[in-house]
Amino acid sequence: MAEKKSLGKEFTKGLIAENPVFRLVLGTCPTLAVTTSVVNALGMGVSAMIVLVCSNIVISLLRKVIPSKVRIPAYIVVIASFVTIVQMIVKAFVPALDAALGVFLPLIVVNCIILGRAEAFAGKNSVIASAVDGLGMGVGFTVALCLMASVREILGAGTFLAGAQNLLVLFGDNVLGGFNGFTLPWTEYLTPMTVFILAPGGFLTFGLLMACANKLAEKKGKPKAGLGGCQACPMAKNCALLAEGKECKEEKKEGETA
Amino acid sequence: MKIALSILLTAILTENFVLCKFLGICPFLGVSKKLNTAVGMSGAVIFVMALATAVTYPINKYLLVANGLDYLQTIVFILVIAALVQLVELILKKFMPPLYEALGIYLPLITTNCAVLGVVLLNITKEFNFVQSMLNSVGAGIGFMLAMVIFSGVRSRLEGADIPKFLQGLPIVLIAASIVSLSFMGFTGLVDGIFG
Repeated sequence: MAEKKSLGKEFTKGLIAENPVFRLVLGTCPTLAVTTSVVNALGMGVSAMIVLVCSNIVISLLRKVIPSKVRIPAYIVVIASFVTIVQMIVKAFVPALDAALGVFLPLIVVNCIILGRAEAFAGKNSVIASAVDGLGMGVGFTVALCLMASVREILGAGTFLAGAQNLLVLFGDNVLGGFNGFTLPWTEYLTPMTVFILAPGGFLTFGLLMACANKLAEKKGKPKAGLGGCQACPMAKNCALLAEGKECKEEKKEGETA
Repeated sequence: MKIALSILLTAILTENFVLCKFLGICPFLGVSKKLNTAVGMSGAVIFVMALATAVTYPINKYLLVANGLDYLQTIVFILVIAALVQLVELILKKFMPPLYEALGIYLPLITTNCAVLGVVLLNITKEFNFVQSMLNSVGAGIGFMLAMVIFSGVRSRLEGADIPKFLQGLPIVLIAASIVSLSFMGFTGLVDGIFG
């Protein structure tokens, strides 16, 4: 079924209709943790996107070789290998980002977006479609992270794109005239609300943005975002047991009719 | 002793895994609806965290670091944790049926729980020795349980509340989590205050 969809659709569905963060509610941990500044969010998003595209391609290539009983461990090995590669690249070329993301960089391994896409898409579809799907989901993840980080950084620190040189160092020293982010003009008179870059602000921003996403979805007649786009999650069965079949089954029905 | 207590308190309160470090958010949001599932899940998390630390610490020290292979940490740890969870499931099923009944269904969920891999990696970043690592892991697990139990109470209140339509479901849960997290910010500086 999915094979027949055009590649364009495969790409754009990850951006809005099936946005991994706001619609499928996958990968919540990094979403909350690294969105203290736009630069960190961008770095995290791009790292995850690279892992997602590469692992989708490899898993799709191997989809006929991997026996279905051991597919989850096999997927994890593929994903972990790419995460290690990305980790080493980031450490070598963008050390400030490595320091800022800390433990969340290796934790891309257990990011449910990546395992979820492997299970729901790459394990069943052709290589090109899987790569495009990974790219779309990766861009959707990055955009969602940046959106959330913009809100938090502007309100919480009174800056935008602060520390841009941490990423731009990839292209050489002092590119773009040593551009290192804006300080917003009103911070002279108003103290930024630091709580927004602390833990509670993360939960609050995420909750409010998800409410907006739900409102928009409702206008278009789409279902509300539920926890863990269950059709994508390899653990759906256990989860369904836990939630007594309620949330997960509803989600699945909606997924099937859509 | 002082150090041990400060590691434990830091892991439970000031650097609570869920509410301050954002690790293990998925089970925190997904399984906190009822008190008994919240306790069962956190019990399994404490168990697996302690076990994973006990197993990965020697692997890291004597196999990876000793041979200059520390760049393989991520891949080795996730595989060890996945295998360990499977093994624990089998052993419990065979030898401790009551415990299996209690924790069994939660175990597969934990394999891909970032809190377990997270605590193992953090122990290395913080350069803890074996005892300190174990304390930190158990503390992190207890902190997870504390957050889950408190939050399941909050959520049972939410069920009966009259919530605006667009906030129903996950948004209000996240906002409630934000307020619980705010209360945990009150512990900032507590450990330094007692032991500093």
